[in-house]
Amino acid sequence: MKTTAIAHIGTHPLDEYLRTDRLPHIWCPGCGLGMILGTVLRAIDKSRLDIDKTAIVSGIGCTGRAAGYVKLDSFHVTHGRALPFATGLKLANPDLKVVVFSGDGDITAIGGNHLIHTARRNIDITVICVNNFIYGMTGGQLGPTTPESGRTTTSRKGNIEKPFNIPNLVGAAGASYIARWTTAHVRQMERAFIEAFQKKGFSFVEIISPCPTYYGRMNEQATGLDQMRYYRYNSIVKHYANLADVDISLNSQIIVGKFIDIDKPYLPAPKSKR
Amino acid sequence: MTTRAKQNQIHVIDERCKGCSFCVEFCPQHILFQTNETNTKGYQVVRVSEPDKCTGCAMCSRVCPEFAIYVATPAGKQ
Amino acid sequence: MSSTDQISGEFFLSGDEACAEGALVAGCRFFAGYPITPATEIAEHMSERLPEVGGTYIQMEDELASMAAVLGASWGGLKAMTATSGPGFSLMMENIGLGLMLETPCVVVNMQRAGPSTGLPTMTGQGDMMQARWGSHGPYSIIALSPASPQEVFNLTIKAFNLSEKYRIPVLVMSEESIGHMYEKVTIPAPEKIKITPRRKPNVPPQEYLPYVPDDDLVPPMAIAGEGYRFHVTGLTHDERGYPTMTAEAQDKLIRRLVDKIEKNRKAIIEIEEDGIAEADVVVCSYGISARVATIAVRRARAMGINTGMLRLITVWPFPIDRVREIAKDIKAYIVPEINYGQIALEVERAAAGKTKTILVPHMGGAVHDPETILEAIKQAVR
Repeated sequence: MKTTAIAHIGTHPLDEYLRTDRLPHIWCPGCGLGMILGTVLRAIDKSRLDIDKTAIVSGIGCTGRAAGYVKLDSFHVTHGRALPFATGLKLANPDLKVVVFSGDGDITAIGGNHLIHTARRNIDITVICVNNFIYGMTGGQLGPTTPESGRTTTSRKGNIEKPFNIPNLVGAAGASYIARWTTAHVRQMERAFIEAFQKKGFSFVEIISPCPTYYGRMNEQATGLDQMRYYRYNSIVKHYANLADVDISLNSQIIVGKFIDIDKPYLPAPKSKR
Repeated sequence: MTTRAKQNQIHVIDERCKGCSFCVEFCPQHILFQTNETNTKGYQVVRVSEPDKCTGCAMCSRVCPEFAIYVATPAGKQ
Repeated sequence: MSSTDQISGEFFLSGDEACAEGALVAGCRFFAGYPITPATEIAEHMSERLPEVGGTYIQMEDELASMAAVLGASWGGLKAMTATSGPGFSLMMENIGLGLMLETPCVVVNMQRAGPSTGLPTMTGQGDMMQARWGSHGPYSIIALSPASPQEVFNLTIKAFNLSEKYRIPVLVMSEESIGHMYEKVTIPAPEKIKITPRRKPNVPPQEYLPYVPDDDLVPPMAIAGEGYRFHVTGLTHDERGYPTMTAEAQDKLIRRLVDKIEKNRKAIIEIEEDGIAEADVVVCSYGISARVATIAVRRARAMGINTGMLRLITVWPFPIDRVREIAKDIKAYIVPEINYGQIALEVERAAAGKTKTILVPHMGGAVHDPETILEAIKQAVR
């Protein structure tokens, strides 16, 4: 047995789900997106979803680029509009498994209105919201999840706004399933994705992920590894925590876990009920 | 354990590695390390120090953001 | 869709209702919209009729979401439509752009009202005509139709769906509040008498399919989600594989095809109605409700012995530049009545290329023209 076998493109177990002609992807060294995307693909595989009937919709931003790397029916749409696009797609063909994969700015800022309404309607889609506390693609500006005092290019002296507590927002709006994990919790993340895919109704998973190039660098955690260590040693698992208590502030503890898992009527309603 | 470990082979796809060291950090056996070898893009790639200790947990593969490392185990590629 | 789903016969419908019925006849099975005067009745009618034919109605939280949902539904395999007025039209521009870039068949109806901004919500206007052409950012071409009666709203909504499938493009139906709220006889023909253009499906197996390889008419066949084609499409500039391609060369190739697929097929797309052009000294060029009002002026002018022709634009975009230019050399003037301060008149003037005068007869909005003002302009033109 060799010490390390040097392998090539096409041999990785996930390569059958990836557009390998477009790898390596554009994400920075230390960015968590590739890992989250890989976990999504593993979860799709383990859930035995019909690959031909699984569609990914993403918006604009670093996270939004994910749709371009998966070998599924995938749509890279306008900023903030992944959720209503996914709503139309799912309603047109309820047999599709529609997964929205987008970032904190895309989903909670410009897409905020669509987030609360899609959750309110309990549309049967899964939303994976990657929260890196910043707008990475445009160069590191603040977003609705940037912690107070967090430094960004549009808050050089520290953010003066309070951020969203996303699980609280989505829970109040009416989601059926809400979970939060970080990239340091890759196994739990995969389990959460599998549960979310199988959930009937609006299932929402927030994943805290490193942005070393901007958020990390401007806030004393300059590498992906620094941020991963911070998540690993500062996260508290609290399943079914009170949603009002799970906000994240600068360098605080991060409460992770499965927060909401309920069954209630969803859209599109199953045919027998129409 | 030695017998099982001999059946687990770690594979690194050099062209994809970006030297982020997540795998190094998260390997429970601490048998991965970043070298001074660079790939064509200039990133320092990862190698295995003690392959016999690999348990096939595939944490490296799960945690890698680049699809650059995986483990071949008797149960298949992870 | 069985014949029991479809009504036929003679009905007394408003323009809004005729629009909804036309859409259903064309095969529309998805409507996402937001209430806005004077298009609300289209949404209301669709909310009632779509479930009857096995379709889906959803009222979205705003017009941005409505347009996004329409695109999503189209990619899910349904013929989809939305309807709005000026303020909503402005909000939809972003995703009309996405529809153009992804090459998504769908129909957007604008029952225009007086603007800008909130304007006169319950009163008519034609001030969105240039916006129909250029409202979204970037270089592109688009198709816009202008009906002049509830019957024509019915007919042109069907035509809009057919054109949108044929050219893989959002097609706009630019009507006005006057027509939307006007009740007239509408004949709905038997289903076998109506020509419906189906979606152009891929003609290669999934492994060989690339989303943007065009046919000879510059339009690519369209796969929909869920059928194993596993394609990627993006609003970023892309190549034939659908992958984002950040080069000027890719931009050049893509934009030329997106524009040329309409501009080079103009002859098949453009529809105009001519009357008395051959002997005309002056031609009234108009569209929508203004064209209808102008016919009174034209009739009076002819009764006074003025050789007046009528050129009614049914397709406003692409603009029939060739025909307008051809007629220009033989007449003294074009009279262009429109309910704005000059929009299509600019196109007429441009097309006329100095060969004749273009006289705008504007009405700022809130009502239709008094035919006398148009008649006065005709009389002045031949003096």
